[in-house]
Amino acid sequence: MSAAFFSNELILLFGHFLLLSLLAIGGAITVAPDMHRVLVGEMGLLTDSQFSASIAIAQAAPGPNVLFVAVMGYQAAGLAGAAATMAGIMLPSTTLALAAARWSHTRREWRAVRAFKAGMAPLVIALMFATSWILTSETPGSRHMLLTVIAALFAWRTRIHLLWMIGAGAVIGGMGWV
Amino acid sequence: MTDDSAPLSQPSSKTDLFVTFTLLALQGFGGVLAIAQHVLCEQKRWLSREQFVEILAVGQVLPGPNICNVALMIGDRFFGWRGAFAALAGMMAVPAVLVLLLTMAYAEFATVPAVAGALKGMGAVSAGLISGTALKLIPALRRNPMGIPVCAVLGIATFSAVALLRWPLAWVLLGLGAAACVFAWTRLVAQAAETGPP
Repeated sequence: MSAAFFSNELILLFGHFLLLSLLAIGGAITVAPDMHRVLVGEMGLLTDSQFSASIAIAQAAPGPNVLFVAVMGYQAAGLAGAAATMAGIMLPSTTLALAAARWSHTRREWRAVRAFKAGMAPLVIALMFATSWILTSETPGSRHMLLTVIAALFAWRTRIHLLWMIGAGAVIGGMGWV
Repeated sequence: MTDDSAPLSQPSSKTDLFVTFTLLALQGFGGVLAIAQHVLCEQKRWLSREQFVEILAVGQVLPGPNICNVALMIGDRFFGWRGAFAALAGMMAVPAVLVLLLTMAYAEFATVPAVAGALKGMGAVSAGLISGTALKLIPALRRNPMGIPVCAVLGIATFSAVALLRWPLAWVLLGLGAAACVFAWTRLVAQAAETGPP
């Protein structure tokens, strides 16, 4: 593989994730199907199982889930690949978020901005329940759902540190009880 | 505008932002949203619940990872674009190194049943933590100009569309979100009319 081809591949990766960034309403995971189409299908840089492992690894590691994009880039083209995909997915959305945050903060007394925030508030909370539901319902079996409900009640009603609950989940899972 | 008793505080420096977001991200297994709410609203008291929901609303509608948008906006609010960068870098830098190390180790350990089981257990708990956080944020709707019943209907409709019917989020936000914003607008106009011109 020549150096020219390699850098060309990096530019393609960067460009593709740059485009996907602004389509990723609801997080980078919402455009995962298109990443699959390009990385596994068109460019043939990842196998199917590497692709799904990327998402699983990022879920298991601490930190924002968007890091699955770095894992895909790494598996496709090493550290340079990880840098290319992460820069691509982050640059447009962060620039837009910064601009929007300033625009709405300086106009926070405007009725339109207040209406937007008030109108969206119940949707935001409902989307968190939806995320929780999608995460737990896509895992086969049913015993882990009980664990999910118990964790939700503890997080809601107690001030126990969340890490203790995650740790308890790891122990319960490691013993093979879920 | 907070219903918790403790007064709000703020980060002391950009380093404080970076370190806080790094520690916060490192505690977020299977997503950072739950721990972010816990640290920012309850431990650090940088934001009230209402402010958290407001920032999250902007973060959710915009493209890109919600929690990264939230970090960016909070950093920007306290220390301008340098603060935004410090918060985002805190959120990403150390976890990125960890996740790549984990990628290298993954192939060896993925097949060990105890590891797979532990990951499943952690996944189930982190899903629960997101619901628990959502439950904690519900009181932030109390002062919503749309009123509790309308908020409940909107919430249930959103959950059904996204979680049960699996409609694309963009369409749900565009349809239900726009309707909610227009209704909130009419309620704000009515409130302004009741209380008279400022």
